[in-house]
Amino acid sequence: MKNLLISILAFFILALLALGIGLNHSLAYVLIVIVPYAAFAILLTGFVYRIIKWGSAPVPFRIPSTCGQGKSLPWIKTNPVENPSGAWGVIGRMAQEIFLFRSLFRNTDVAIVDERPVYGSAKWLWFCGLLFHWSFAIIVLRHLRFFVEPIAPWIGALSALDGFFEIGIPTLYLSDAAILVGLTFLFLRRVVVPQVRYISLFTDYFSLLLIAGVVTTGLLTRHFFPADLNAAKTLAMGWVTFSPVVPQGISLVFYMHLCFVFVLLVWFPASKLMHAGGIFLSPTRNLASNNRGKRHVNPWNAPVKVHTYEEYEDEFRDKMKASGLPVEKE
Amino acid sequence: MKKHQWGMIALGLVIFIIVVTFPFWYGKGKTSPPPQLSLDTPAIAQLKEKRCVEDTSFMRESHMKFLGTWRDGAIREGKRLHTARDGRVFEVSLSGTCLKCHSNKEQFCDRCHNYLGAKPSCFSCHNIPGEAKK
Amino acid sequence: MSFAKIPKPDQLIKIRYAPPETAWMDTSVDFRPGTWSYSGAAKNLTYLDLPNPRAWQPADEDWKLPDNWQAIILEGMKERLEKYRSFRLFMDVCVRCGACADKCHFYIGSGDPKNMPVLRAELLRSVYRRYFTTSGKRFGRLAGARDLTVDVLKEWFYYFYQCTECRRCSVFCPFGIDQAEITMMGRELLNLVGCNINWVIEPAANCFRTGNHLGIQPGGIKDMLEFMADDIEDRTGIRVNVPINKKGADILFVTPSGDYFADPGTFTCMGYLMLFHEIGLNYTFSTYASEGGNFGLFTSAEMVKRLNAKIYAEAKRLGVKWILGGECGHMWRVIHQYMGTMNGPADFLQEPVSPITGTRFENARSTKMVHITEFTADLIRNGKLKLDPQRNDHIRLTFHDSCNPARAMGLFEEPRYIIQKTCNHFFEMAGDTIREKTLCCGAGAGLGNDENMETRMRGGMPRAMAVKKVVERHDVNRLGCICAIDRATLTSLMDYWVPGVTVMGVHELLANALVMTGEKERTTDLRGEPLVGC
Repeated sequence: MKNLLISILAFFILALLALGIGLNHSLAYVLIVIVPYAAFAILLTGFVYRIIKWGSAPVPFRIPSTCGQGKSLPWIKTNPVENPSGAWGVIGRMAQEIFLFRSLFRNTDVAIVDERPVYGSAKWLWFCGLLFHWSFAIIVLRHLRFFVEPIAPWIGALSALDGFFEIGIPTLYLSDAAILVGLTFLFLRRVVVPQVRYISLFTDYFSLLLIAGVVTTGLLTRHFFPADLNAAKTLAMGWVTFSPVVPQGISLVFYMHLCFVFVLLVWFPASKLMHAGGIFLSPTRNLASNNRGKRHVNPWNAPVKVHTYEEYEDEFRDKMKASGLPVEKE
Repeated sequence: MKKHQWGMIALGLVIFIIVVTFPFWYGKGKTSPPPQLSLDTPAIAQLKEKRCVEDTSFMRESHMKFLGTWRDGAIREGKRLHTARDGRVFEVSLSGTCLKCHSNKEQFCDRCHNYLGAKPSCFSCHNIPGEAKK
Repeated sequence: MSFAKIPKPDQLIKIRYAPPETAWMDTSVDFRPGTWSYSGAAKNLTYLDLPNPRAWQPADEDWKLPDNWQAIILEGMKERLEKYRSFRLFMDVCVRCGACADKCHFYIGSGDPKNMPVLRAELLRSVYRRYFTTSGKRFGRLAGARDLTVDVLKEWFYYFYQCTECRRCSVFCPFGIDQAEITMMGRELLNLVGCNINWVIEPAANCFRTGNHLGIQPGGIKDMLEFMADDIEDRTGIRVNVPINKKGADILFVTPSGDYFADPGTFTCMGYLMLFHEIGLNYTFSTYASEGGNFGLFTSAEMVKRLNAKIYAEAKRLGVKWILGGECGHMWRVIHQYMGTMNGPADFLQEPVSPITGTRFENARSTKMVHITEFTADLIRNGKLKLDPQRNDHIRLTFHDSCNPARAMGLFEEPRYIIQKTCNHFFEMAGDTIREKTLCCGAGAGLGNDENMETRMRGGMPRAMAVKKVVERHDVNRLGCICAIDRATLTSLMDYWVPGVTVMGVHELLANALVMTGEKERTTDLRGEPLVGC
């Protein structure tokens, strides 16, 4: 509970700071010209650093979790993806994990009914998690229309698809609605379910709140406090071409949006959000279960003290002879 | 630790950096100036006061919502006249009012819309004066 | 068996899943009798050259730790963070989504939130953050970090010896975080300051000295196997050969020592003997490598290697072509995922080929060790065995997938194929409780001791209840498995939760059905129970 309150407090302090920066035009230069590059540099180097730090530890043993029939006798039907025996299977397995959250799809819940545990399907976490992550990705990709000129056709196509239903003016993007649903579910679940609240840390709440801040200010900018998009794109293109210019007359909400985004860029590599990179390195998922067929080499495999047969026979020779067991030395 | 395999990790990181820096290399660093909107039409040239229905910054930021209210008012309530904040009265008509001044859709509307990837659905119904004659 | 302090099943099943009022960092461990295991005896630690041998018990106030115990643990943690990507990654990458929480049989059975895999891992992660991350050093508890205190160490001990390393959580984790891996690291760290349990350390010490966990000396093994041969002769009229330490055999057979020590494992072992006799296999047991299981797995990677080394050493000494392994759970985790890496390459052996069918076991081409169910399924498939499944008509069977063959190998169809060919009445348990989602016996990873009985019964409850369901629906009376620990611990579990169900290995089932050349008419099964309907 304390973690929840502190993260809400931290989020509001951050929002107030953003508000202050938005109101105080003397800080506009810092926010527009210096902070974006710093934040982006931290994201890049931080991400790479974290991956290299994980990667610098070797994988001594081949420890995939097998979730299907392994490859053995030729007439036994194997599950080449859930229990991969080669590189293609691993690629398929990883793709399922990354794009479809395969493991989370297995989720069940349990309740004691009539003195017996009963397992129920619990796909909501999977569904809302997937909704959140995919819409987040789509939103980021859609934003590329501000960052490239001319706009690549696929970006336009993505936006058109996302705004397919043409609800309202400007069009409501489905991904915007979806991310709100996903975020709300993930946050409420953390707050309402006692077990999840019990395990939640500051970073768990704060990450969700921060992204919610980005999403909310973004949506406000689009639908309620419209910004001059021409100026917005000019600003973004200024960053991309290393010639940023402080735009005139940009709304307060838009400033807050920028502030939250920059904090997110910095927060990302420093926090649990790095699970985005970490999943690629997970040894229980990214290795083929062909251990007996192909030897895995442990780089630090060191000799150990063993109890040799000679020592064993020396201790038990008489008994072995008495039982008629063959011995090496009479 | 000579057996340590960096290949896949390095490949992954390279892909990550390429993807994340997409805007930087996609445009090849070329600076492209923001679109200049042309107000050079005969109708605008004749105006004494170069003023749209509302002031420029409002029109820039909110013309889409504004036109939306025009559309809804005209179609659903038959409101055919709009009184601007300064008291001037306009006929509620995209082709008749907006495009009368901004008769250069390609140099005015489209430039900005293309720059921002906005695809308004106005012209899927409304005809564009002049274009029909072509 | 001491059921004295354990609540009755109808009391035990009253489980509350609501977490306590106090935050988990402020809730200390209560060493309640029945929920923990006795400490490792000093003589066993000494025999294995393990640090800090002494007389102590977990319930003691003073654990007699070395003065610099914190430095030892932190140094050990640093070393393991550098040696294991799994450890380093799993310390960082968890998002606490909670998907693992209600997948752990110990959580389902106890409701103790620290038995959620996520929180069990946080016990270690909180210390990792405090000493190895900038945010943890700077922001402490706000970053989920806490100091390494004696209370924390006690908590580690309690909860890392309440995890059976079954890997069920890792199947459900979206990042594949494997609590077994974290528990292994936790136990390695505890071992550095001499905190371990006797049920693990004594078998390990025994195995190091005598070659098997139970400490059976060479003559004892021979006597036991001969005794089984007597029993087989009594049932079938056939005297089977019991080759031991035989040079020039084609195949070294290694099985967990539980199989030649106690019922019902002995019946499985009789099954092996009968099968090998019938097909005329040129094989041998070994007294030096008389253990397939490896309690080193519950101690440290180094201990795994020390104990496992005997199998290849003995295969080399006896000059066999390849190795065949019996029905065992964690033994197969070690063989499938560790043996080749640790003690290979086994280039002195040949690629395994069944001498009976000529089948090449390509999946074992490097480690050169074949699972007995792979071997037998191949025999049946090729029509090399004459089977009469009616002899198992008194058995109404369900099958428990053992954790390690399920989630570290994916060995699902081989045992089922044998069952289907040898048994007419086979009923699967519910889908959420078998195959990769199988539930643990609740007593693996060295927890199968009597003083820990309440935890075992709690942890085994979900499995037992799944059995109960098929008992009610299909009159099931027998629980099959391919694990020696299962055969021992599921028996107690069934007695407690589902009385009337007994436990058997798949090769006992096979041996009942196996029509042997020249056998007399069988009137009983291997257990001496009368046959019905034939």
